[in-house]
Amino acid sequence: MTTRWTPRRASDSAADRLAAQIAADLQLSGGMSRRGMLRMSGVSALALGGASVLASCGTEGTTQTEESCTSEDLSDTEKALNFSNWPLYIDEKGKRLPTLEDFEAESGIDVTYNTDVNDNNQFFAKVRNQLGACESTGRDIFVLTDWMAARMIGLGWIQELDHANMPNVDANLIERLQNPSWDEGRKFSVPWQSGFTGIAYNAKFTGEVSSFEELVTRSDLKGKISLLTEMGDTMGFFLKLVGADPNEFSDEEWQEALAKLEEVVKSGQIRQFTGNEYTRPLNKGDIVACEAWSGDIIAMQFDNPDIKFVQPTEGISLWSDNMMVPNQATHKANAEALMNYYYEPEVAARLAAWVNYICPVQGAEEAMASVDDSLVGNPLIFPSEEVYATTFSFMATDTKTREGFDKDFNQIIGA
Amino acid sequence: MAHVAPPAGAPASGDAARKRGLVGYLLLAPAGLWLSLFFIVPMISLISTSLYDPSGSLETGYQMTGHVQNYATVLQEYDSQLLRSFLYAGLATFFCMLLGFPLAYAIAFKAGKWKNLLLVAVIAPFFTSFLIRTLAWQLILSDQGWVTQTFNALYLTDLFAALGLTEQGSLLYSPLAVVTGLTYNFLPFMVLPLYASLEKIDPRLHEAGADLYASPFTTFRKVTLPLALPGLVAGTLLTFIPAAGDFINAQLLGNTQTTMIGTVIQKLFDGGSYPEASALSVVLMVIIVVLVLFYIRRAGTEDLV
Repeated sequence: MTTRWTPRRASDSAADRLAAQIAADLQLSGGMSRRGMLRMSGVSALALGGASVLASCGTEGTTQTEESCTSEDLSDTEKALNFSNWPLYIDEKGKRLPTLEDFEAESGIDVTYNTDVNDNNQFFAKVRNQLGACESTGRDIFVLTDWMAARMIGLGWIQELDHANMPNVDANLIERLQNPSWDEGRKFSVPWQSGFTGIAYNAKFTGEVSSFEELVTRSDLKGKISLLTEMGDTMGFFLKLVGADPNEFSDEEWQEALAKLEEVVKSGQIRQFTGNEYTRPLNKGDIVACEAWSGDIIAMQFDNPDIKFVQPTEGISLWSDNMMVPNQATHKANAEALMNYYYEPEVAARLAAWVNYICPVQGAEEAMASVDDSLVGNPLIFPSEEVYATTFSFMATDTKTREGFDKDFNQIIGA
Repeated sequence: MAHVAPPAGAPASGDAARKRGLVGYLLLAPAGLWLSLFFIVPMISLISTSLYDPSGSLETGYQMTGHVQNYATVLQEYDSQLLRSFLYAGLATFFCMLLGFPLAYAIAFKAGKWKNLLLVAVIAPFFTSFLIRTLAWQLILSDQGWVTQTFNALYLTDLFAALGLTEQGSLLYSPLAVVTGLTYNFLPFMVLPLYASLEKIDPRLHEAGADLYASPFTTFRKVTLPLALPGLVAGTLLTFIPAAGDFINAQLLGNTQTTMIGTVIQKLFDGGSYPEASALSVVLMVIIVVLVLFYIRRAGTEDLV
């Protein structure tokens, strides 16, 4: 996802949400400690220095191997943990973070929680000089979306997890997420939250839109829809439209999907390609239907019952944001303790009730009854097996291939 | 070995001059350090990155091969976005001038005791973020908003659509909206330097013009405009340069056919195509520098405010 903003409670005013989104966009959102802020400014100065030294004589490859880049785990002596996450992606109560504080009380581990992940690519740019040179980023856990997680694991930048420390993860991680193609058996990553990319429409301005095909061809929607600038999400659907499997497709199929996209763009069907800024136009009717992220839509529905989310007949795109422990992080066992803690169903339910994304923890739906009864059975938080059966995700590739995909896609959406 | 002794005061004054020179350099040092650290070093990094072999990647590293073809590639692939950026920036600068000159003139000569208040009003939008100001235009130009409805009722939207400036019946997500956003966002950069120039003009010069039987228009043309020229040149540069590289307005107010070069560069960097992204950045900078040099020469003013 490009920038993401998870809007909050029904009581929030539109202005609050705007402010929250802008704070997230400007990377000013609350929760970052002064310590974290200072550390980050040091880190970026270092990154700048590193980049400039390398620049004039080409750059080295940045792939690391396990032997060349190990660090000592100091968890036994240092009860500390530095956690980097997306803004508005953990339960908050005023300035407090209830589930995280309970973890600190229970484990005695002091967690420094930073919301310094605003964008997968930006975060990658932030840490690539350190991780590429096998230096510490000062972070013990960070949370990134599937394809970026796959890239980092492929680069050898992530430490292997010890599942013996995480019995809850083994017991409660839902089956659909246990074996992604890029991390079989979840050796390196554990999902934090998941989400769907599907279709949303404003029922005040249009009738139901049930498939992606309809969204991009129906004449009454011409010039009134938006699609996402996130390449994997949007092209996943176009690959589906030309009959290809987004998890695994050939060059010809890719070209076919691009041709289809170009045809749709040229037809004037699409009003705009957006990041998460589709919510306001959808609310006001400047956009009547669009490709949308499930968490945004649940939050919008608190305010506007006309907003509907549909699972397109072509299937639905499923993604996760994954917790990972980078190389040179010195608190891996503490990180595993935290992962284990968030896979307790009751904790997972409290978290899901606040962030409104798909909860990857089995048993959380039962636990939700005592947290927020209205969310039990919500198909966007606890999807059924049948829905999971129709999900797909975009092929995980190396950076060079992905770079080519991005370029092809951006050429067409921004002619 | 007799020689004429220098006048008594001379050596002392030479020392003082040298000392003054030293102090000058010392005072320049922070700015010089700043420039070399945050301008020259990144610049070298940028230019060398633009010459990397584009077949490299982060896994394999990039080879420095002096791959000048990167420039040809980006010029060929992104020529329309480049042209469009300069067109939109030029239009925005023109409209800023049209709106900004009368405004600056009024503040400088006609505002009286309201002068300071009006200046604050010009700067006030800067108290909020650039992003919020641009998002506000989404609301102002929205399809259901009264602006669009009024324009519709006056058949102006049909006129705009016929001219290809908007889509039928709406204002938002169009070239018109992008240029409007740019004009709005950069207007203060035009008004403030213009005001600074105009404010220095002695009003008695206007009276002298009238005494010499010049019409108000001739006085404006022969007296006010030449004296305001440094401000006008500075204002157009301060507006045009950032507008040409802007990527927020086109993204939030534009459609698929209004992409500007800033967005392309940002997406190339995001997608990891570093050599192309760097080459395109260098191209943008070179074009702007050439345009600016040409413009300053034509405008005939070396002392920019």
